[in-house]
Amino acid sequence: MQKRVLVIEDEPNISEALRFILSRNGWRVEVSADGKAALGSLSADPPDLLILDLMLPGVNGFDILRQVRAYDDTRTLPVLMLTARGQAADRIEAERLGVTRFMTKPFANADVLATVHEMVQT
Amino acid sequence: MSFNLLVLTCLGYVVLLFAVASAAERAAVAGRAGWLRSSLVYTLSLSVYCTAWTFYGAVGYAARSGLEFMTIYLGPTLVFVGWWLLLRKLVRIGRENRVTSIADMISARYGKSNVLGVIVTLLCITAGAPYIALQLQSIAQSFTVFVSDPESSPLATDTILIAFWVAAGLAFFAIVFGTRSLDANEQHPGIVTAIAVEAVVKLLALLAVGVFVVWFVATGPGDILSRIDTQALPEWEIQPGRWTGLILLSAIAIICLPRMFQVTVVENTEDRHLATASWAFPLYLFLISLFVLPIAVVGMELMPAGSNPDMFVLTLPLHLGQDGLALLSFLGGFSAATSMVIVASLALATMVSNHIVVPLWLRARSARQRDTGDMRLLVLSVRRLSICFILGLGYLYYVITGGSAALAAIGLIAFVGVAQCLPALIGALYWRGASRNGAALGLVAGMAIWLYTLFLPSFGPDVFLSARVMESGPFDIAWLRPYNMFGLTTLDPLLHSLFWSLMANVIAFCVGSILSFPSAIERVQGALFVDIFNRPGTARSWTRPMAEAEDLLPMAQRIFGATEAQAFFRAQAELQGKQGFLPDITPEFLEALELKLAGSVGSATAYAMLAQTVGTSVVSVDDLMAVASETAQIMEYSAKLEAKSEELSLTARKLREANEKLQTLSVQKDAFLSQISHELRTPMTSIRAFSEILMDAEGISNEERTHFAQIIHDESIRLTRLLDDLLDLSVLEHGQVQLNIASANLHDLIDKAITASKSVQAERQFVLHRNRDSEDVQIVTDTGRLTQVFINVLSNSRKYCDAAEPQMRIKVRRRGEMVEVDFIDNGSGIPREQDALIFEKFSRLTDSMQAGGAGLGLAICREIMHNLGGEITYVPGQGGAAFRVVCPLKLRARDNAAQPASDSTEAPE
Repeated sequence: MQKRVLVIEDEPNISEALRFILSRNGWRVEVSADGKAALGSLSADPPDLLILDLMLPGVNGFDILRQVRAYDDTRTLPVLMLTARGQAADRIEAERLGVTRFMTKPFANADVLATVHEMVQT
Repeated sequence: MSFNLLVLTCLGYVVLLFAVASAAERAAVAGRAGWLRSSLVYTLSLSVYCTAWTFYGAVGYAARSGLEFMTIYLGPTLVFVGWWLLLRKLVRIGRENRVTSIADMISARYGKSNVLGVIVTLLCITAGAPYIALQLQSIAQSFTVFVSDPESSPLATDTILIAFWVAAGLAFFAIVFGTRSLDANEQHPGIVTAIAVEAVVKLLALLAVGVFVVWFVATGPGDILSRIDTQALPEWEIQPGRWTGLILLSAIAIICLPRMFQVTVVENTEDRHLATASWAFPLYLFLISLFVLPIAVVGMELMPAGSNPDMFVLTLPLHLGQDGLALLSFLGGFSAATSMVIVASLALATMVSNHIVVPLWLRARSARQRDTGDMRLLVLSVRRLSICFILGLGYLYYVITGGSAALAAIGLIAFVGVAQCLPALIGALYWRGASRNGAALGLVAGMAIWLYTLFLPSFGPDVFLSARVMESGPFDIAWLRPYNMFGLTTLDPLLHSLFWSLMANVIAFCVGSILSFPSAIERVQGALFVDIFNRPGTARSWTRPMAEAEDLLPMAQRIFGATEAQAFFRAQAELQGKQGFLPDITPEFLEALELKLAGSVGSATAYAMLAQTVGTSVVSVDDLMAVASETAQIMEYSAKLEAKSEELSLTARKLREANEKLQTLSVQKDAFLSQISHELRTPMTSIRAFSEILMDAEGISNEERTHFAQIIHDESIRLTRLLDDLLDLSVLEHGQVQLNIASANLHDLIDKAITASKSVQAERQFVLHRNRDSEDVQIVTDTGRLTQVFINVLSNSRKYCDAAEPQMRIKVRRRGEMVEVDFIDNGSGIPREQDALIFEKFSRLTDSMQAGGAGLGLAICREIMHNLGGEITYVPGQGGAAFRVVCPLKLRARDNAAQPASDSTEAPE
């Protein structure tokens, strides 16, 4: 069965790149630019993987992560956080909130694929 | 009684006084002066107020004017009962400043001015010499009255000769006990004790005569009262106005009379004594006046018509055959006269030597080299000669006036004379603004009027003032008649003179004080005197030591004698923790030395002598600061501390603020870097991801390939523009921007901006509202930069205006030297809580892609407008997003040397 991944990312070019890479690799990719709207569908029908941008308009990545970890259905959902802010404090905060993996932009497409694989197989 | 016996009695009495005085002196020197310094002795010594004039004259006064004589006692009683008001301060100041006389007091207060000392001395001598003459007269008279065998000696009836020997004897007594040494504080325990004995004698004498009259001549108090009623004369009627005047006069006299000042202030050793005297002295006065009226009444009844009522105290017992009682009475009168003469001559001699002779001698000496002679002997000799001079003057006065009736009134006339010291004295104690010039003016004015309206006329017509002047005034000016100045005719001469002289005195004193600015030393002394009870220590008038102890010691030796001077210096050195007898010349030491000198030669002279040696003669303003009383110093110090601590807390606050600002800046810098990082990485992420996709060519259609390449291209441009914006902003913020100033029409600039902004979301059609006429403004500025701002505002509107049919209104207005351009669209505008943020860097409010910028646009606009001498603001409440651009019509070259944006906290320097 095809694995499902939800990408929450406000930069259309970046989400398009992620969709292309992951689709080519066999994932069913859903993209949302609005964190708040995405949260609703998340608990109702959790994907196999969540790729989350940190800097989002309105609700930011940390808030979404906190919510995700609060729901029973998504407590163990693998979450990959991507951020363009290269600050160590962000990584620490993300890990505190229970992120599964953390990567900084720009990324190598191969790294993303390898990480995603690791996350879903384990 | 035979004349010789009488003389012998007198001599015996005087020898007794000598013995008492020298015993007291010896006890004082040996330090056993305990009871000599008691309240009792102090109070009794005050009785020097009751002279022969009161002893004999009061009965005469009562015979003539009834109870009016009581006024002479009521004034002093009031002063002493109310001692807390004035005497306490007077005595404390006198003691602390080692004041030697009333002249010294006034001179010390008004800047240690010797001129004032001289004026007061002359005034006191003028008033005092006749007063002494009066005492000589009364003794001489009592002799002639007493002697039963006038033929036994040629002396017996020659009052002039008797007066001479009395004067000589008293001078001798005063010299022996008054000028033994230059006492540190000019106190004379011997004389004071002798006077206390005399006080007892005169009181006993008067009481004895009184008791005799009431219980042995009459049958008791009841009998006396009825006799008083039958004898009462119409003149005995009490006149309230005259009584008030006389009570006031005697109250002033007890304060200002030189001899009273001597016993009350100079000889005082403790406040406690004054407290006792405040009730004991009025009691003494009450006792001494108790039998005056009975004696007068009985005398008038029993004595042959034409007998002098002034002598009733003596003649009544004689007449009734009571020789013993008469002798006691004689001794009482003798005591009253001698004690007054001794104290008065001593007090006056101190003034003469301290304020006239020694200063003259000092001046003469300063012209020559400093000599090293023993000044002590000189000062003592001067003092002795002065006593002789004063008594000689009194005697001379007596001889010249020949015991005329005028003399009898001299007591009250002298009172008015010395009363002239009162304004200066009161001012000294209570008015810091009182000045030397004012005091001198007041004294001279009061004294002149006193001389003219009372003293000179008192000798009778054609002695000093011609009868014509007395009758119709000088040059026939009626309102200058001595007894009726300015047409005042309702007062008798005494009160008339008191009124005018004090009036002139007070007015001159006040006006003079207000108009003249007191010198530094006057202000120091004024503060010292007025605030005597409010200050913890003494002020310092010596601050700049310019002399060595070696110079001061010889001078001190000349005044105190070698032994005492060396002891004083050694003690002072010890106080400073030094060996030997050469202390450091500290201000404290100079202060102590001056005080000690002042006790011997008066404050003005002491100050002059020290000034001569130390080398400064006036207190400078600098000194004044240091001299101010310790309270003031402490206050100043604490004020300084307060200022310091305020300064410190201010500095601390500034530092805290700076620190907070730095922290804010640091946080802002981190946020800025983080933002930049984000803004740079975002396009890079797309570029890298699509580049890698393109590199791995597998499974990509041609359309996809083109699309991906387009994205890489767009993101590269976005990156470039971001870097351009950043650099632009940095240049603008640091004011390093080069402005190309040119003249242009605003309308053209707006046209250009509209055209340029159309490329943003070119598909949207905006309806523009413009007014060509108002836009026709010629403007001199950096036209490119201004257009950039317009483009930015217009582009923002194109991006963010959410109206279905977007419109843009452009309004131009001239405001003085400025022009105002409003851009208003019909969108939903910017939420109020965010309109303060929009000019901040990266303050993009919505989706970045839609905006297509990095959020630096408005920040750049703000910086540009700063540089152009104008501003850009958001105007809320216009029914859409509204931006107002304001800039000067003509940007001067200097204005563009723009400072870094004034509120640019982002740019730490």
